[in-house]
Amino acid sequence: MNATTIQDKTSTLGGSRAGMSSVDLPRLAAALVIWALLLSAPFWLPLVGGYTVLGTRVLIFALVTLGLNLLLGFTGGLSFGHAAYFGLGAYGTGLMLKFVTASTPLAILVGVLVGGLAATLLGPITVRRKGIYFAMITIAIGQMFYFIAVRWNSLTGGEDGLTGFARTNVHFGGWTLDLHNPTNFYYFTLFFFAIGCFVVWMVLRSPLGHTFVAIRENPKRLRFLGLPIGVYIWIAFAISGFVAALAGSLYALLNNFTSPEDMNWILSGDFVIICVLGGMRTFWGPLVGSVIYVVVQDYLSSITVNWMSFIGAIFVLSVLFFPWGLLGFFQGRFKK
Amino acid sequence: MELLLFNIFNGLIIGIFYALMALGLSLILGLNGIINFSHGGFLALGGYIAYSLSPVIGFWGALIVSPFIVGLLGLVVERILIRPLYSRDPLFSLLLTFGLAMIMEDLIRTFWGANGLPFNVPAALSHPLSQTYFFVTGYRVFLVVLALLAIGSLFALLRYTRIGVRIRAGNADLETVSALGINIYRLRAINFGVGILFAGLAGVLAAGRLGLTPTMGASLIMPSFVAIIVGGVGSLLGSLLGGIIIGVAAGIVTTYYPAASDVVIYVIMAVVLVVRPRGLLGQEGLLE
Repeated sequence: MNATTIQDKTSTLGGSRAGMSSVDLPRLAAALVIWALLLSAPFWLPLVGGYTVLGTRVLIFALVTLGLNLLLGFTGGLSFGHAAYFGLGAYGTGLMLKFVTASTPLAILVGVLVGGLAATLLGPITVRRKGIYFAMITIAIGQMFYFIAVRWNSLTGGEDGLTGFARTNVHFGGWTLDLHNPTNFYYFTLFFFAIGCFVVWMVLRSPLGHTFVAIRENPKRLRFLGLPIGVYIWIAFAISGFVAALAGSLYALLNNFTSPEDMNWILSGDFVIICVLGGMRTFWGPLVGSVIYVVVQDYLSSITVNWMSFIGAIFVLSVLFFPWGLLGFFQGRFKK
Repeated sequence: MELLLFNIFNGLIIGIFYALMALGLSLILGLNGIINFSHGGFLALGGYIAYSLSPVIGFWGALIVSPFIVGLLGLVVERILIRPLYSRDPLFSLLLTFGLAMIMEDLIRTFWGANGLPFNVPAALSHPLSQTYFFVTGYRVFLVVLALLAIGSLFALLRYTRIGVRIRAGNADLETVSALGINIYRLRAINFGVGILFAGLAGVLAAGRLGLTPTMGASLIMPSFVAIIVGGVGSLLGSLLGGIIIGVAAGIVTTYYPAASDVVIYVIMAVVLVVRPRGLLGQEGLLE
């Protein structure tokens, strides 16, 4: 395998390789700035007209799209159904808190397992097809969960959504974390976002991650090399499913509510456009896209009833003029 | 027994809508290589335009004129928005039509209101045709006949006209068709217009049967995807068959276990994908 070209590609996308003599300074600086901004967000958000919950929502959307981007941007799998795993995580957590346990960590664990395992089990069906066919199948399978959530009234509350649960405080030995405080919940979410970032980053710099990028770039060649492409896409699908379920679980805790809209294909489309807006081939693209998307949607829905048209226009315009997203656009600028 | 018959008949009619929509989607998917998410938007637009036209030119006029207006609109959309994307990753056309669908739904809501509107069909069509089987109204029979006529003429068009032959040839190998001196941009534009025309027709027919709501297209598009997957990508006959199968299956399940009627079509799809991944009549390796 022509390893160097593949590694060159990922090092411009994911992060520099460990053990290399030169550290990619601009990239390191960017990461430090991003983390500093995220850690201090509750302090500066009110100053720029935001509020803490908005920051938490950005983090949750960034987490799910970070996972999705591993499949979409790095492996080249066009999934349009990730809201299903997001929603399964949300319902798993909500139902656990409502009926089984009062423990938030346990509810999160169950939510992540429900959504992640669903993605893992359904992966083999979807990865048998490629390209737009793959996209259609992921949408349709995702929509199946949506209709189950709508129709299974007695369990899920149907179209009105699942209510009657609330996040509880977390206890570590003698110390209690008060999650009802929005700022504390922001940091709670940030902690999971950091885990998600770490996992995706580790995957991307591992041989597995290089294989993902290679599959995106030249699947035929890898098949000739004897690699079971379907299995690798399945792994990417499963990882992104687990990450999406974690984000969904946090989303249910944030709102103390979840509805079938959290697993609708419209939301899946939103996830994809977030990746595209920020830059599909970049590590931080999903975070940038989430900031744009969440802030714009929050602002638009407060000033106009026609916010859907504006969001739709963002889709159309970004596809026509910014296909490689904001970060991709700037990277292209700097390279030239 | 009567209830079962009623639900099967209902399912058949819903299946016809799925099939009309799936055929248009399938045409566009084949030659233009695009999953047209905005298909549902065009369908709804067809219904709403017919609603606004029918006081002026009557039901029959609206039935004919509205699909063509929508088809022309489709041509404009294809020329301005879709054409630049042919050479790019399919992801982008997917996102573009997705955004377009949102805009169309929102505009419909702005112009015609968020609440459902009734679309009246001529009195001559709304009588039950049979005393025993109350559900066989003239409109439903008319709907089935008209849809079958439209589908029949589409197949005839593809089979016997020069443009139809070119469309089918383009499905098989667009590059060769282009090399033979055929303007494939015009061909794809025409193909897109025909697909949208079918969406518009389905919209007018659906308006008379299901009423008008801004989300009517969005709720029909997902089963149409399922119909295409079940029938097999690349086969128009498959899309027709898939639409009718899932419609009737949903109808039968409604009789015995109504809560599962939405889910059953996805179960059918999952089974087909496991047993026969290319779909009932699909070709292997298409669009991959």
